[in-house]
Amino acid sequence: MTTTGSPALDARAIRAEFPMFVAPRPDGHPLHYLDSAATSQKPQVVLDAMNAYYRETNANVHRGVYEMAAEATDRFESGRTAAARLINHPREALVLTKNATEAINLVAWAWGVRELREGDEIVVTEMEHHSNIVPWQIVASMTGAKVLFAPVTPQGEVELDALRALIGPRTRMVAAVHVSNVLGTINPVREIVEMAHQAGALTMIDATQSVPHMPVDATAIGSDFLVFTGHKMLGPTGIGALAATPERLNAMEPFLGGGEMIYDVTTEGSTWAEIPWKFEAGTPPIAEAVGLGAAVEYLEALGMDRVREHERATAELMIDALGEVPGLTILGPTDADRRGAAVSFTLDAVHPHDIAQFLDSKGVCVRAGHHCAKPLMRVLGTQSTTRASAHVYTTDEDILALQGALIECRTWFGV
Amino acid sequence: MGGLDDLYQQLILDHYRNRRGRGRIENASASVHEHNPVCGDECFLDILVEDNRIVEIRADGDGCSISQAAASMLTEVVADKDLNEALEIVEHFRLMMHGDADPDEDLLGDAIALEGVAKYPVRVKCALLSWLALRDAIASYRETTAHGG
Repeated sequence: MTTTGSPALDARAIRAEFPMFVAPRPDGHPLHYLDSAATSQKPQVVLDAMNAYYRETNANVHRGVYEMAAEATDRFESGRTAAARLINHPREALVLTKNATEAINLVAWAWGVRELREGDEIVVTEMEHHSNIVPWQIVASMTGAKVLFAPVTPQGEVELDALRALIGPRTRMVAAVHVSNVLGTINPVREIVEMAHQAGALTMIDATQSVPHMPVDATAIGSDFLVFTGHKMLGPTGIGALAATPERLNAMEPFLGGGEMIYDVTTEGSTWAEIPWKFEAGTPPIAEAVGLGAAVEYLEALGMDRVREHERATAELMIDALGEVPGLTILGPTDADRRGAAVSFTLDAVHPHDIAQFLDSKGVCVRAGHHCAKPLMRVLGTQSTTRASAHVYTTDEDILALQGALIECRTWFGV
Repeated sequence: MGGLDDLYQQLILDHYRNRRGRGRIENASASVHEHNPVCGDECFLDILVEDNRIVEIRADGDGCSISQAAASMLTEVVADKDLNEALEIVEHFRLMMHGDADPDEDLLGDAIALEGVAKYPVRVKCALLSWLALRDAIASYRETTAHGG
């Protein structure tokens, strides 16, 4: 399904650019890191960019008149520019936050608390991460609005007809995940956004698991809000983004107040800076924004089409390899064209904690638990799953190591 | 694979594969339901108390080998114990899990095999789930009886 005609990514060559994969492990095992949906590893260029900022031009941004401060501001704002460019979004409407969770909370508080009224409805899906559920529940409890859940099929897809039926005149917000962090399902977000807009509702797309792995065009998706986080896309922790329409951001009041976000402050009151700074109170995560910029440039150099093709091919290989493990059940779509490379599974009666612990003894790092998606776990009829997830540095060897360890694991626990 | 064998001693796997004291008690003196927020695992624990002694204890629910083995061992260790004795055993087990007590086999019985879990902070919650459920069950029983229940 390679559509670009460009050569496939060379994951082995890519690994050489990540210090985590180059340094020998304390336990002597090779590192088969299959937990990139939780957080990705970082290439040397990201670490270098952050280090260089601290070593060469550490100064606070936006205020200093000296050259070093101007350089710091320039590098910080370049991070924003890069992140906006990656998703084809106007840079002035990209607010830098701590992470995607904070970005959703920003909207919940700055828009939801002020705009929602008793009887209003917020529609989310059953496959949301807790970060796209809990902020809405908090706001609902403050305003009298209700949170409604669009059902997910046992195959792990949002029931679009049921979603359509849930959206009505009382719907003020439709919030949906682009790619499920548990099932890897790619949701038809353009269709969902259109559905919501036809009913006059706003839309929030959680693109946390899509922006790192595939071309994402925020303008084409057309949502009012779209969020993602740096640390899952080869960047550092502590930096995320809210991409919103400029009109929406201009109409909203600030979330956090303080330095940096004001136009004027008097004893009578304050006025706000222009967007996006109106939403960035206090000294921002400067080095982290610089690191995010470097991560974006690294991904752009690889080419997001090729990143997606590697993801698709890895998902396909993972599904095939896991399918050969006796007693293993894959949750979510098995067609690699319709999913990302975060693959959740169960293995007979072996508990995910035990699986993850056993795999760790073989140098294979996977996630076990509810993946911050407990409503989805209930739909799937389980407490927890084991999840393996890939990124650009994931090789065939990683997948085969996973497969081999799982086969051994089943015997070891004797179920 | 020394680390793994340390954690998963044969005794643990044996209790995991052949659970003791599994199920529920009808007309229990106290019942509690606990869950582990990390993994979502649940534990239902019932006790039947007569003359201040645990005459029956059962634990139900699904979980990992550590949590299931810990529950299985618990039901054996505290069976027929006086409530204060049971609480003392639970507290000793809790301290062992946090690395704050040298394990006493006379108190812990088979549960001494769980000592190695203390080295895995995320798994400590698994081991403690049913044991702390017993602590809550005893507290709940005492509260009910204190109020003339």
